[in-house]
This record gives sequence, structure tokens and C-alpha cells, in this order.
Amino acid sequence: MNYSAYSIHKLREGLKKKDFPSEDIVKDCLDRIKISKLNAFITICETEAIKKAKEADKKIKDGVDLPLLGIPISAKDIYLTRNIRTTAASRVLNRYIPQYSATVIERLEKAGAIIIGKTNCDAWAHGSSGENSDYGPTENPYLKGYVPGGSSSGSAVSVAANMCLVSMGTDTGGSIRLPASFCNVVGLKPTYGRVSRYGVISMASSLDSIGHFTKNVDDSALVLSITAGKDKNDATTPEIEVDNYKNYLTKDIKEVKIGLPREYFSDGLDKRVKEKIENEVKILEAKGARIEQISLPNTEYGITCYYIVQPAEVSSNLARYDGLRYGNDRAHFGNEAKRRIMLGSYVLSSGYYDAYYKKAMQVRTLIKKDFDEAFKKVDVIIAPVSPTLPWKIGEKTQDPLSMYLSDIYTVNVNLAGIPGLSVPIGLIEGLPVGLQILGPHFSEGKLFQVGKAIERPKI
Amino acid sequence: MKINVKHVAKLANLPISKEEEKKLESQLSEILDYVEKLNSVITKGVEITSQITGLENVVREDKTESCLTQKEALSNAKNTHDGLYKVKKIL
Repeated sequence: MNYSAYSIHKLREGLKKKDFPSEDIVKDCLDRIKISKLNAFITICETEAIKKAKEADKKIKDGVDLPLLGIPISAKDIYLTRNIRTTAASRVLNRYIPQYSATVIERLEKAGAIIIGKTNCDAWAHGSSGENSDYGPTENPYLKGYVPGGSSSGSAVSVAANMCLVSMGTDTGGSIRLPASFCNVVGLKPTYGRVSRYGVISMASSLDSIGHFTKNVDDSALVLSITAGKDKNDATTPEIEVDNYKNYLTKDIKEVKIGLPREYFSDGLDKRVKEKIENEVKILEAKGARIEQISLPNTEYGITCYYIVQPAEVSSNLARYDGLRYGNDRAHFGNEAKRRIMLGSYVLSSGYYDAYYKKAMQVRTLIKKDFDEAFKKVDVIIAPVSPTLPWKIGEKTQDPLSMYLSDIYTVNVNLAGIPGLSVPIGLIEGLPVGLQILGPHFSEGKLFQVGKAIERPKI
Repeated sequence: MKINVKHVAKLANLPISKEEEKKLESQLSEILDYVEKLNSVITKGVEITSQITGLENVVREDKTESCLTQKEALSNAKNTHDGLYKVKKIL
């Protein structure tokens, strides 16, 4: 039986009624991981996961009720996991065993979740395709030879290919939304600061958002209700109360104002993707939503702004890998990390700081203001996630700039710090397509509400 | 835009081979040419955004809490000596 094809809600029901034990679910997932050739995992926690499943079954028998009790999950290999190797998909950390776990991992485990393994990704979360891993590329489960999107490649694939129910990813410039869109799963990038970054290997600290992949919107809301909230170990998590996301899942979308930014639907967008999104918008309109054309005039500067701010912060964060306290020395960095360290060091170096970094921080203000203005008129924005369908493995690896440009619709969201939810809207020639719903800071509930109206019941 | 790869690599403490140096020079130049686009944006008088939370000076109470033991802290280091990290002479 393919337990992992179900949603968390259904599995929890079955577990509570003792229809099946957690051990069966976990073993089913492990079998699927072991026979898979998609290369979604770097480390599999087989013995430990089965042991935890047995413990969960005992707790269930004793009447313990926790939201994720007995549910197998995975985490991108840049989440620190106590006593479980964490590599960041880089040779620099090929033998690194963390002494503590990320706050989010602790919260999920406290809620009963079982870590089944650590997923493959672009090394240090640098990439849009999942090919840039020192442990080999991950493959799209929908079409052989195609990329799953990155950088949280293995995470998206692990949920899409029924290897677990939830996977934690990170989104610094689209690294959750893009692979979610390419793999037909739901991907949430929460508001910057909504979820603690403590214990997650930093990429670009002012942009890094801690989110997750799930099979449907309900599960996404459930997971956020566990991961979100103030953490004393991350000073960027504010004291803002966590919404009751469940309440939004049953709301209709009558009178919800949805903005379509014209800059996101221009010539660069694949026509077939455009048509599919427009079709979804018509359905939302029929359900009572009010559609408005809007403009985010500084959109075109997003990618340039991002490719200054992000490498600058990367170069600073990766400076700590000296090979002395942990890991291997700096000669072990791969090509992409080297490129970003160099670019970042250059734009921050004396004589260039004002021209590049300061300028980019000013443009960031303009991009953020565009969204602030838009959200005075509309409740949410709908936009494409990627300008193209998933591409073939190898197609863009020799051309870094063309790879960077695949993030053109996602990076502005990180620069503004707002939340985004990627929801599947079907297949084109066998390859999945998603759209993203964007809202003001801390409006995740609203995103789930609109996401539910778009989602087709798969499970 | 030409970039002095050797100099920047030194700033970044990054070992780079001759071959990499050439490749990085052309790739980084291409990227820098692309980001030149920012010069066309008028930013006179625009404030900078370095982070979006609006939070400032977040502090905690000055209280000691449990932390890693010395043994745990050193557990990933390749070279240690008497409970300390062992590094090469730097002066």
C-alpha cells in the first residue's frame, strides 16, 4: 500500500483509528527512497526512523495525540540535525556531524514528526536546477532527463515521488517555489522572519526564508502552524502572534481582490504557462474574486539587485568555512560557490561598495515600495513562478547568467520579504506548472485561502 | 567591466587555479555587465534597505544558559590540542 500518497490529515486519521501503524508508513517511504534513481537524498536515516516509528506507535497506543505523530518528513541537507550528517551538498562539509538541531527541526520532532533523511540540493542552496550538488544532480520525477528545479531539489522530489509527507526547504530567491512548481507540489515561502533560521546553514541572511513542501494546501498550513513564531535564537523573528491558519482553509474567495502585475506576464513568459495561469484566474473570477491589473514598475531591476545583494551576503556567510573548527578547507568549494564568493567580495570591496552594494540596497527599497503600493489596492497578487517549463539536465550549466535569469519572477519576493505560495496548476507536455500567490507581510493565511480555491483535489 | 580575479581571490581567501582564474574572469565580467543595468535607476535620496523586519537592537537578558561542552564543540575539528583548536602560526 502506498501510504505516502495520502495527505497528513488522512494518515493521522488512519493512525489514530489504528488502521495501520507508523512503522508501515515509514518502511513504505524508505523502500521508495531505496529503489528510486532520482537521487533525491544525500543521507537516509533508516535505523533511526524505524526506531522512532515504533516509539510513535507505542505513543499512539497510549493515547498521545500530536499533529505530526508518526509522520515521516525530510529536510534539505542544510538544516542542522543533531548527530545526523549535514553536508549542504558540498564537499566542504562531507563529514560534518552537527552537535545541535535547527529550531524548526526541534519543533517538528516535538510535534511527533520522524526524520527519514536529508535531501539533496544545489550546494549551499546556490542554484535553480538542482544540478549544482557535489553529490550529483537530482532528477525530475515527471519526465526523465529534466531538472526538478532548485535549489531545494531533493525536497520537492521527495514529496512529489511519495518518499515522505513533508520536506523542509529554504527559499532565498525562489528555491522553494521554483522546485515546487517544477514537481507538482505545494511550496510555501513564508514572510521573512516568520520562521526561525536558527540552525539552518546561512546563504544570504537578509533573504533566507524557511519554508516547506507538502502534497496539498491543508498540510502546508498545518506545518506552518508548527514551525512559525518567535525564537529567542533568531533575532529576526518578531513577537507577532501566529495566525490560526486553519480558519482560512474553509473561507471562500468572494470579494477577494487579486492583482495581476503586467510586468510578470510580458514577452519573456512561455505562452503556454501564461494561458494556463489566465485560465486559473478566470476560474477564480467565476468563484467571486475581483481581478485587477496592476503594475510593479521596478520589477525588471529585481534580478540585478538580487545578484548583488545575495552574493555579497553569501561571501560574508561562507567566510566562516576555514576548515579549522569543522569541515574541509576552502579549496573544496565547488564552482558556483566560488563564483558567488568572488562576485560578493568584489561588490563589497573598497571602491566598488557604493556603485554596487549601496545602489542595490536603494533599488531594494524601490522594489519593496512597489509591493507596499500594490497591497493598498489588492489583497493578493498572482504571478508565474518560472518563465519557462523545467529544462533538460545540462542545458544551462555552462551559462551561469542564463541560470540566474530563471529566478526572474521569484527574487523580488525575497527582496521585499513578503510570503509566496506556489500551487500546482497542471501539466504541459508532461511537465508540471505552478503559479505563485503573493501577499503582504504575515498574510500566509490569505495565501492558503486563495491556494485552496486553485488547488484541484488530488488526495 | 574587467575584474582583477587574483586580487579578489586573495581578499576572499579562496585558492583559485590558473584555469579557474581565466574562466571566472569571463563569467564574472558577463555578470557584472548585466548588473550595470542598475545604473539606469534613479536612486537619488532613496533610503537603503539592508533588511525588511523593521526590528532594531534586538537583545536578550544577559543570562548564561546551557551550551555545548568543550568536547562537543571540538568534535568536528581535524586538529585539536589539549582541548583547543590547533591552527597554523599566523604571526
